[in-house]
Amino acid sequence: MEQQYYITSFCSIKNNKISKNGELLYSDDNSDSIKDFAKGIYKFLELKYPKFHKMDELCKLSFLASEVLLSDQLEVSEDTALVLANRASSLDTDRKHQDTIKDRENYFPSPAVFVYTLPNIMMGEISIRHQLKSENAFFVKKAFDAKFLTTYSRVLLDTNKASNVICGWVDLDNDKYDVFLAFISRNGEKLLSKEQLNNFYKS
Amino acid sequence: MKKAYLVADNIISPLGFSTEANLENLRANNTGINRVDNKTIYEEPFYGAVINNDLLSSSLEIVSNNVEYSKLEKMMLLSISKLLSENPSLDIKKSGIIISTTKGNINALCSNSETKAYLGSIAETIKDYFDLDSEPIVLSNACISGGLALAIAKRMIQTGEYEDMIVVGGDLLSEFTLSGFFSFQAVSPAPCKPFCKNRTGISLGEAAAVAWLSSNPKNVKGKAIQITGDASANDANHISGPSRTGEGLFISISKALKEAGINNTQIDFITAHGTATPFNDEMEAIAFNRAGLQNVPVNSLKGYYGHTLGASALIESIIARHCLMNDEIFASLGFEELGVSQPINIIKKNESKSLRRVLKTASGFGGCNVALVIEKVSL
Amino acid sequence: MAELQEELKEKIIEQLSLEDVEVSEIGNDDPLFGDGLGLDSIDALELIVLLEKDYGIKLKDPKEGKAIFESINVMADYISKNRTK
Repeated sequence: MEQQYYITSFCSIKNNKISKNGELLYSDDNSDSIKDFAKGIYKFLELKYPKFHKMDELCKLSFLASEVLLSDQLEVSEDTALVLANRASSLDTDRKHQDTIKDRENYFPSPAVFVYTLPNIMMGEISIRHQLKSENAFFVKKAFDAKFLTTYSRVLLDTNKASNVICGWVDLDNDKYDVFLAFISRNGEKLLSKEQLNNFYKS
Repeated sequence: MKKAYLVADNIISPLGFSTEANLENLRANNTGINRVDNKTIYEEPFYGAVINNDLLSSSLEIVSNNVEYSKLEKMMLLSISKLLSENPSLDIKKSGIIISTTKGNINALCSNSETKAYLGSIAETIKDYFDLDSEPIVLSNACISGGLALAIAKRMIQTGEYEDMIVVGGDLLSEFTLSGFFSFQAVSPAPCKPFCKNRTGISLGEAAAVAWLSSNPKNVKGKAIQITGDASANDANHISGPSRTGEGLFISISKALKEAGINNTQIDFITAHGTATPFNDEMEAIAFNRAGLQNVPVNSLKGYYGHTLGASALIESIIARHCLMNDEIFASLGFEELGVSQPINIIKKNESKSLRRVLKTASGFGGCNVALVIEKVSL
Repeated sequence: MAELQEELKEKIIEQLSLEDVEVSEIGNDDPLFGDGLGLDSIDALELIVLLEKDYGIKLKDPKEGKAIFESINVMADYISKNRTK
């Protein structure tokens, strides 16, 4: 028989709003940039984490979503896997790195930019913050794919690669963003299914 | 759970366009790394392993007359086409496909067609070229991508998602990546020398490769090679600097050995990541010692291929499969004298050696690590 | 020299995204790495770029950075002696 898993919480950042389990936490229609919007959430959450300011915007968004997702957990198991996906990979920062090397006369690639030209870095940031020493995988898809995320989360749990999974979609491209994270575990109330994950994503 | 056998493969690299050609060059200890003086890649000359464009284009004409493909796409299409033509029983349409790449067609960022720079464009190209019903999965997980893709393919076979999985890996030696590694002060002014006292950083390379994994023993030709254990773990320490304790790599190795049902005395050979940066090689030596693997013969193939990013751990696993089948191990090219603080047993010359199990490891930016146990089994 | 020191503090805060740090909080003799500002290996690489980009100083060996980036005083002293722009 197919093992049953559960979605125990979820967090979304879209349309200038951040919400948890479908309930609005914070909104800001006045920010001029994603950087300012993210800083607003950081202040709202009363975080003290200097590394946050060094992150690129993609990492900031996934970091903030993970903070909210995990905020009611006293201790997160270090055996919690991260499975993230998006459409634009790290292109938002790739373009910034490309800008630093387009002019031979003014050729100064920045290590602090280059390091963020890999999409899996956001899982590194979340792992450092919560001391997760578990599986990471970053996938690129055309659009949010509840079926794939459900399948791979199941595979990780079925093969005992992790005790919980944080899966989701963190996309940023030309100032458009879409962030959704869900916490999948072996116990809970809402059964994990691609339909349920999709409903939460759309909510 | 079903078993995942590695049943066929191909490598497209500066060392040849077939796995056999690559093996011949490894047997002769030939390197693909050369002094590259090519201003379309980088203003200054540098050491790297580059695939000859003309050779690639003329090889691809065998399978296609379409000239619209990027260099990376040509490499991947050629690699898959060769696999398919050599294995008529493989039905690509029924197989799960994972594409492993870190930067894909990143060169498109400085052209007029930025859409090619999206990693999904490669999946689309492969889907269209082979007339597939669904789009391949793209995995982009820094320098462990190729090894992690194999681990994921194995898991999807184990749980019965697919009977057959095809893992395709590839990356280019681009100005984008090279300039970044230069800004990290990480590029070696000479061919890289993994684990050596005289190492001065990495050499980058480019390559594509493909491996076919199957749960069906009927697809096994010759000796059966199975991935019997795998694991990946994050260091949770730093986004670019390798862990000083080798934590994530140590966890990965321990879990992979556990799944394979073996202990640290049952590994015959390690094919390591070995990028030849001071910190990476040191971290690996620490992790191997923590795992009690300091006496196991170990090599890095970066001295032959350079660091081929999304292809590297895939190529190294493919070579490991053939080492198991042929009972041979290759010298860690560029190595002269041990340059890490913990003792490890670097392979100094090619040898014939009876092998049963290989450990493949890789580590990368973002603190990620992966370990695979690849084993010769009887069916 | 005092001007260069202030300029460096501003640049470091800006370049290394030290949002929560004020210029007045960085002492001229405070260690920049370790317990001081808590800078890490990427910051050190970023400072090497800053030296080259803003002051035309190209380090022959990146390991030299460790000594040069000890404190604002040491850095300012090195820059004033070696700058080409």
